Amino acid sequence: MEGTQALRAPEPAGEGPRGERAAGPRRRPPLRRLATRPELGSVLGAVVVFAVFFAVAEPFRTASALGTVLYAGSTIGIMAVGVALLMIGGEFDLSAGVAVISSALTASMTAWWFGLNVWAGVAIALAVSLGIGFLNGWILVRTRLPSFLVTLAVFLMLQGLNVAVTRLVVDGVSTRNISDMDGFESARAVFASSFAVGGLNLRVTVVWWVLFTALATWVLLRTRVGNWVQAAGGDAEAARAMGVPVAGVKIGLFMTVGFFAWFSGMHLLFAFNTVQSGEGIGNELLYIMAAVVGGCLLTGGYGTVVGAAVGALIYGMTRQGIVYAGWDNYLVMFFVGAMLLAAVVVNGWFRAQADKGVGGP
Amino acid sequence: MTDTPLLELSGVGKAFGTVRALTGVDLAVRAGEVTCVLGDNGAGKSTLIKVIAGLHPPTTGVYRVDGRPVSLSSPRQARNLGIATVHQDLAMAPLMPVWRNFFLGEERLRRWGPFSMLDAAGMRRTADAELRRMGIDLPDIDAPVGRLSGGQRQVVAIARAVHFGARVLILDEPTAALGVKQSGVVLKYIAAAREAGLGVVFITHNPHHAHLVGDHFVVLKLGEVELDAPRAEVEPEDLVRQMSGGAELEDLRHELERGAGPAAPG
Repeated sequence: MEGTQALRAPEPAGEGPRGERAAGPRRRPPLRRLATRPELGSVLGAVVVFAVFFAVAEPFRTASALGTVLYAGSTIGIMAVGVALLMIGGEFDLSAGVAVISSALTASMTAWWFGLNVWAGVAIALAVSLGIGFLNGWILVRTRLPSFLVTLAVFLMLQGLNVAVTRLVVDGVSTRNISDMDGFESARAVFASSFAVGGLNLRVTVVWWVLFTALATWVLLRTRVGNWVQAAGGDAEAARAMGVPVAGVKIGLFMTVGFFAWFSGMHLLFAFNTVQSGEGIGNELLYIMAAVVGGCLLTGGYGTVVGAAVGALIYGMTRQGIVYAGWDNYLVMFFVGAMLLAAVVVNGWFRAQADKGVGGP
Repeated sequence: MTDTPLLELSGVGKAFGTVRALTGVDLAVRAGEVTCVLGDNGAGKSTLIKVIAGLHPPTTGVYRVDGRPVSLSSPRQARNLGIATVHQDLAMAPLMPVWRNFFLGEERLRRWGPFSMLDAAGMRRTADAELRRMGIDLPDIDAPVGRLSGGQRQVVAIARAVHFGARVLILDEPTAALGVKQSGVVLKYIAAAREAGLGVVFITHNPHHAHLVGDHFVVLKLGEVELDAPRAEVEPEDLVRQMSGGAELEDLRHELERGAGPAAPG
């Protein structure tokens, strides 16, 4: 590293050919900056996957296929927003997959058992989901255990509770159909409706996915809390020394994941009317996959929410593309795994190039 | 100098249970002066920093800022009084852009009613201007801090402390992990900070670095002040001798010259 070579005496403003730089801070040219974005690898991957299925599967080229692909992406993508934020903040959550089901079960069963308007169940489920997130974060902060262990424990506990409590309440493994209860129609409009745009049948979750991604991106890049999330994930000790409330940030991030688990759970409930209590296992890894494919570092402090959205989109395209191509459905996971590996390698390579390209220091 | 020191410790001691880490330490930091604190490992340097930075309240003695006794219970309180500590690990997130690190914990916001967002353009501009004022010209203010050299990172940390109103800078071994050239960069900025009228406490175990910029020297040993002298009364050789063991080393030499076996205790 030839660091000192970048040290020069301050230049007088407005003098010489470099004088115009005094007008603003130095940044690299836009193309260079684009080439060092964390999500670049995933965007290229998405283009390749799209091109492949566009070429081999004729039904993939239709507007209805696009609607289905986007929907499949949104089911993973909404959770991936929270999981990506959490990963940038330096933690991950293995309980996220079953927490979605816990939330759906809570809403369905409280409404059914007490005969409430389903919106009351929805509200109780939100409280429970935020509570699970808080619990994850609080245990993490108090015990200083790695999030892998804390959330693995919560994952196992929720997995057991989901089935056991459902059996106790409805005497079965899936909840009763609540589609005839008060408030169901309006809740379905919010969480699980669909509408046509041109020839495209779009599920409402796609709209929420885009909104949540945009909002989370803005929070991460343009608010103080976002700055704290990046710092807490990058170097928690440093952040603490500079006055960042790291414990609060981490608990808040787990509660954010809780919020998205609630939202995804409500979608499941109002799309299918009933909830299978044993589902959700394994999805937590798909959320993490989407975030990592999108350029988030497992070790924290680096990544974008847009990248995670692209990662989820790649998942959606693969999932539906294989169906449209008529290949064996079990190959989906094979391709998702291969994509993850490729993305990690390509992202690492881009980062190395970016480091070389910065010049000077 | 006759004016009130910015920061003054008199008879400060710190005990952890029965372990006495510091005993009767006197230290004064004046504006436009660099006070070097030297000492071997375990001499009490880190405890002294923690007392000054407000992490540990002293067990005995008085801590004065601008002549008034204070009792600090957090680093934030110290910072509010203008006492900024640049720790060895620099308190920076390596993957975050330079400007974000510069403003970490002191983010500049633009408010609209209940909402507020970062003034990113303003922070980029200010960070760039402040760094350029200290002679650091970065090719990209968005580059992660981890990509800067060790010396540049030190200077960014110092510039950050100065920008946020530090009057007293506590520098914890800023040259310890650096090569010769990089150390030179940092020493230049210590001198620049002094010229700007700041009081600097430069903690180091390198007597050569200390003598290049120091106005006043304090050598700590086993938690006590062993030497306390202005620049005029100290030769670099004295510092080297003090640091490399001083009298103990003399004794050792005599022992060895006599060809004796293991030195008798005492």
